[in-house]
Amino acid sequence: MHVAVIMKQVPDLVEELEVDPGGKLLDRSWLRFIPSEYDEHALEQALLVKEEFGGTVDVFAVDIGEPDEMLYTALAKGADRAFKITGEFDYGLNNHTLADVYLPFLKREPYEMILNGVQAIDDIDGPIGPILATKLGLPYVGVVSGMKPDPSTGTVHLRKEYPRGVLAEFRVAMPVFIGIQAAMKPPRYVPIARIQKAMRAGGIVEVAAEAPLETAQQVVGFDVERMYKPEAGRGAEMIEGSPEEIAERIFQILNENGLVR
Amino acid sequence: MNKHIIVIAEHMEGALADITFEMLGKAREIADAVSGSVTVVVLGKDLEPFVRKLGLADTVLLVEHDALAEYVPETYAQALATLLLERNPWLVFFGATSMGLDISTLVASRTNMPFLAMAKNVTADGSVVVTSQIYGGKMFLDAVVTTFPAVISILPGAFKADAGMAEKETAVERIAPSLAESEIRTRFEQLVHPEAGDVDITQFPLLVSVGRGIQNKENLAVFEDLAEKCRSAVAASRPVVDQGWLPMTRQVGRSGAIVKPKAYLAFGISGAPEHVEGMKNAELIIAVNTDKNAPIFSVAHYGAVEDAMDVAQALAEKISGAQQ
Ligand SMILES: Cc1cc2nc3c(=O)[nH]c(=O)nc-3n(C[C@H](O)[C@H](O)[C@H](O)COP(=O)(O)OP(=O)(O)OC[C@H]3O[C@@H](n4cnc5c(N)ncnc54)[C@H](O)[C@@H]3O)c2cc1C
Repeated sequence: MHVAVIMKQVPDLVEELEVDPGGKLLDRSWLRFIPSEYDEHALEQALLVKEEFGGTVDVFAVDIGEPDEMLYTALAKGADRAFKITGEFDYGLNNHTLADVYLPFLKREPYEMILNGVQAIDDIDGPIGPILATKLGLPYVGVVSGMKPDPSTGTVHLRKEYPRGVLAEFRVAMPVFIGIQAAMKPPRYVPIARIQKAMRAGGIVEVAAEAPLETAQQVVGFDVERMYKPEAGRGAEMIEGSPEEIAERIFQILNENGLVR
Repeated sequence: MNKHIIVIAEHMEGALADITFEMLGKAREIADAVSGSVTVVVLGKDLEPFVRKLGLADTVLLVEHDALAEYVPETYAQALATLLLERNPWLVFFGATSMGLDISTLVASRTNMPFLAMAKNVTADGSVVVTSQIYGGKMFLDAVVTTFPAVISILPGAFKADAGMAEKETAVERIAPSLAESEIRTRFEQLVHPEAGDVDITQFPLLVSVGRGIQNKENLAVFEDLAEKCRSAVAASRPVVDQGWLPMTRQVGRSGAIVKPKAYLAFGISGAPEHVEGMKNAELIIAVNTDKNAPIFSVAHYGAVEDAMDVAQALAEKISGAQQ
């Protein structure tokens, strides 16, 4: 099985986010980046497929945020090749642009499956999976949390999540593009020493973006007017004090509502 | 320009999903304000029973075919893309749901229509402005639509479903989709319903719910203890389930359970839109989170910026003390 995984870096929400002085974008000067959570699940799922069926896993990321550690981690976990696509990439929010950047690299190899996270926290113009699948002419299924390839028939069996714990099962002819919600096992942990070893071995392949700039910067039909933080704690009455004082007040509230005695 | 809004209905196992009514209500409001019109498009088979419920639409368009009997992203996207190109709408609303997440972007890509995701609000006072909720609910973004038709995916819960419900006569149009069936590579097999779990979290008047902020599986014990003391159960956000700390039956949110307890205690849950979808109708929401900017505080009635474990432990002690 020849599998590609597309990963991206997103701002770490644990850090305070600020709007830049222009008022339309995130202030990128202090941003800390981490791999998009669902992309990590996509990588894990690809590695699980490789373990069961053999084959190769290629990981692609554009040079936004801090992709090196993410790519070395992927190699340390068992990916075969890691590609970093370099170029002028400060476009912020546009997945249509990113899709054009990835496209030539994905077309070049006969991948049977291309996986990525079903969604990222900054997908303002939609998840990249369906955009790329359309450009590649591949079938797409997203919100997938289970899969079983069947190399003998060239198909893959997929489980897609619906509300209230219901799953829909599909069978899709490969090649296919899959938006992963959750891998069938939690993403594996890899000791830092292994990542450092991968770094020393220097396995990342750097490739320059080929998408022409006018395509890359195409307008997607809307103008961002402003970005802003929701009012903090709007609506909530904040309880101050020590943990004991907070617990006391919560107890009181629950008690008034007859929920604890 | 004819301001024609198309709402893509969503249904499963014979019932229209709430998101359909949420979108329809909003579409009706906008259309009335701009002298426009609303069409609800329903794809599937044997759709007649839905028509009556969609009385707020000017037209209900039924697209019926055996191949559409069950939702298949590829087939639905193909049928919808052709239809939207023919109808040339002004705005198209999809739900940002499990199904909508696939087909909204597939259809926009196929038709080259601009696409805006995660909309929390849409206004059409002069220009069309979409407010999207991004970065897990930590930022809002206002964007003006500059190219029409535009496709917008609407977050479940952004609008009231009640506003979209009206049972009355409306015009019905039936069409056969144009499908290149030989090109379809995706086959629907079946729906699998969850097995009854150890506990049914929708049945408890009080829920102790935990998120990634509890740090690790070992810390769960603190919350299990608290839940036991208040005859409640431990519910969770998605990452807690994805990490294997709790079974899927405990998950609250878009792909988990929709709960409406009397009180929902959210410990270390950020309040991402997909989680809020599942618990926003709790009568009382109390959130404990170390981040004062956590979006959960926007839906909570009471909040505390504190360590989840410390508060849970203190609360459990308080309850045992009171019971003695
Ligand atoms: C298609 C789709 C479906 C989804 N369905 C669901 C669903 O059904 N249910 C669901 O929950 N999510 C769902 N999600 C995921 C959702 O987008 C969020 O990623 C998820 O809800 C985040 O969970 P969390 O709040 O526990 O984690 P995080 O967002 O990581 O938040 C952890 C929080 O804990 C706080 N914290 C850290 N340490 C402490 C401490 N010591 N004490 C107190 N607080 C602390 C942090 O400040 C933070 O706010 C879905 C996503 C997609 C794309």
